[in-house]
Amino acid sequence: MPRINSAAELEVARTDIISSRDPNKPCITLCSGSACQATHCKKVAAALDLELEKQGLTDQVYLRKTGCHGFCEQGPIAVIYPEGICYLRVKAEDIPEIVSETLMQKKVVERLVYVDPTTGERAVHEDDIPFYKNQERLVLGLNTKIDPKSLEDYLAVGGYQALSKVLFTMTPESVIGEVKAASLRGRGGGGFPAGIKWEACRNAVGSPKYVIVNCDEGDPGAYMDRSLMEGNPFSVLEGLLIGAYAIGANEGYIYVRQEYPLAVENVTRAIQKAEEYGLLGKDILGSGYDFTVKVHMGAGAFVCGEETALIASLEGRVGEPKARPPYPAVRGLWGKPTNINNVETWANIPLVINKGAAAFTSIGTEGSKGTKIFSLVGKVNNTGLVEVPMGVSLRDIVYKIGGGIPGGKKFKAVQTGGPAGGCMPEALLDMPVDFDQLTRAGSMMGSGGMIVLDDATCMVDFARYFLGFLADESCGKCVPCREGVKQMLKILTRITEGKGKPGDIDLLEELAEVAGSSALCALGKGAPNPVLSTMRHFRDEYEAHINEGRCPALSCKELIAYYIDPAKCKACMTCGKQCPAMAIEGGKGLIHVVDQDKCTKCGSCFEVCPVRFGAVTKISGVPVPASLPPEARAIVREKKS
Amino acid sequence: MDNQTIDQIIDKHQSAPSSLIQILLEIQSKNHWLPKEALVRVGNKLNVPLSQIQHITTFYKSFSLVPKGRHEVHVCMGTACHVRGAQRVLDTVQDQLGIKPGETDVDLKFSLETVNCLGCCALGPVMVVDGEYHGNIVPAQLEDVLKTYE
Repeated sequence: MPRINSAAELEVARTDIISSRDPNKPCITLCSGSACQATHCKKVAAALDLELEKQGLTDQVYLRKTGCHGFCEQGPIAVIYPEGICYLRVKAEDIPEIVSETLMQKKVVERLVYVDPTTGERAVHEDDIPFYKNQERLVLGLNTKIDPKSLEDYLAVGGYQALSKVLFTMTPESVIGEVKAASLRGRGGGGFPAGIKWEACRNAVGSPKYVIVNCDEGDPGAYMDRSLMEGNPFSVLEGLLIGAYAIGANEGYIYVRQEYPLAVENVTRAIQKAEEYGLLGKDILGSGYDFTVKVHMGAGAFVCGEETALIASLEGRVGEPKARPPYPAVRGLWGKPTNINNVETWANIPLVINKGAAAFTSIGTEGSKGTKIFSLVGKVNNTGLVEVPMGVSLRDIVYKIGGGIPGGKKFKAVQTGGPAGGCMPEALLDMPVDFDQLTRAGSMMGSGGMIVLDDATCMVDFARYFLGFLADESCGKCVPCREGVKQMLKILTRITEGKGKPGDIDLLEELAEVAGSSALCALGKGAPNPVLSTMRHFRDEYEAHINEGRCPALSCKELIAYYIDPAKCKACMTCGKQCPAMAIEGGKGLIHVVDQDKCTKCGSCFEVCPVRFGAVTKISGVPVPASLPPEARAIVREKKS
Repeated sequence: MDNQTIDQIIDKHQSAPSSLIQILLEIQSKNHWLPKEALVRVGNKLNVPLSQIQHITTFYKSFSLVPKGRHEVHVCMGTACHVRGAQRVLDTVQDQLGIKPGETDVDLKFSLETVNCLGCCALGPVMVVDGEYHGNIVPAQLEDVLKTYE
């Protein structure tokens, strides 16, 4: 493909690509994102390549290895077009049948289609599956339509239209005006209006200016940025270019976590492709505008998601945050005006330009416009990436899209906002989800992690988990965070170990207030949130741990014991065989007893005890009942006649 | 790791001090750990004091200043895995291998690390050994899984 030198040539190239493709030729897309690689999508892809070649169909079928489709619970996912037949949990062994039945004869392979676990209804097409049906996938949706290695695919779905419009029909000021009018708020955590940030950087004195993509997605349980970067790097690059033009920058950086190798690979290739096409580099699309971009890998530091720490890391130093102001818009990379936005924010820019601010703001709530991608994980049936309009209720996300709580357990809370976020209990399930509502509820949007908890999650331990994470990731520069978080962690650990003292709750509140009000950056300022939010909604659990030595969720190791109910034990030896600590006494015909001194509380016996017996139980806050004398433990089985 | 390979990596990044982290990442990825001689060489070539390199290599989690075992075990401690019992998995792995996160056993067979999220939350709890994913793992399965690595 030759270099494209004008807006007209871009449209010609697009038309050529579209007309060269036969819309009726069968096309099979296969999800090849990182999450599906863990479920062996590479084997499926290899089997598909082999089968198509074996049957001599390579030229008669389009094969597209796409990025993440979002329905990770059911991956790897294969969709066959033009019919849109969707197959879930595809294995390499399924491929010959898919090729001969569906691709060739348009017959559906029933065992691979979605069946609703509650209603038993089947859904052959992607759009009929409740997980997809209740979403509005304006940003993430393109992931299923393009091969991230193919710029042609991106052009075929309208890619670079926004860039062309901006370069040839809009002034930088009018681009900023449009983004401001769209009220697009930063998707990385802060929720600061992107247009205002851009304007501040444009107006700042100094040159050169820089633009940066923040793909240092560190919140555990959140992977939407990775999926965009892996699945559709072109939309991020297009958004970045538009922002660079508006701000007056000619150089940009993409800061990606080193833990995301596929994202690094795909965006690096996308940059090369865009350069070949004249969509990056000198004189882009013949407009006279130059822009180059480099990929920079992070080296494993959560705090580098904070913009000033990220800049320090880009400069080759340790990622310690700086006090703001001055903001990076005034003094950023190498001391020059710099604009940093998160991956999802940049990916929204082409949408804003193409559809216009009016259309963009028609979706969402008063203070939060557009859609947001959430990563719905934890104790939920449909783990995956979910894109919904701002303002959808938590209940809709967890139940309609997420399919509710697995294993017949009870919903307890949803945690949002990453390690420094907060929990929403059942009473807040009908709350509309947007930036302001989440903040009001004592949590925050963060980057969009949404962790569902059931009644087996101990909220004190959950707060301890986050404080442990934050203490570990604290850079150590400022005292309130370095020492405050550590002390809060100590107290929480003590409580979960059953060594809590009266007054611990007050002390936690005091420490939380100091760290929250005086730490240098968002990590330390937000660190008290998990504690405050769990204490606000689940204070009774803290009190049970401290006052009664009891963990109501039966989760804290030091406060629980595994106990075999002699009335229910059938002496089947299943638990005894699985116990890694050899802590179960008993044999065939002899009721089993857990040796509490040997027990490591790994829970293996609890998991393997046959459901029909249900003899292994967890107890907390009460002493373990004394075991029966050996002679009373013998089970006399009636002989089968 | 020989000096020639290190020099090649440094030259690729045009010896710029700002590329220090990228250079160290590449050495780490090729060699699996950062020997002192390599750090000294990088410092000399880039004209960066060794103390600054030490600061960086101890600050960022990707770097290891000690050799790694033949098999790298990563237990995901992300939030989704945590609520699905990752701590019990980690405790059992520690018992089985006799090492704590960040440590390598004396035979240089296993290294154990925790990671904050692998982004495959549908599989949680997850353990990865040498890039191979073991999803929805429970403590009772660990002995059998770890036995398969020589």
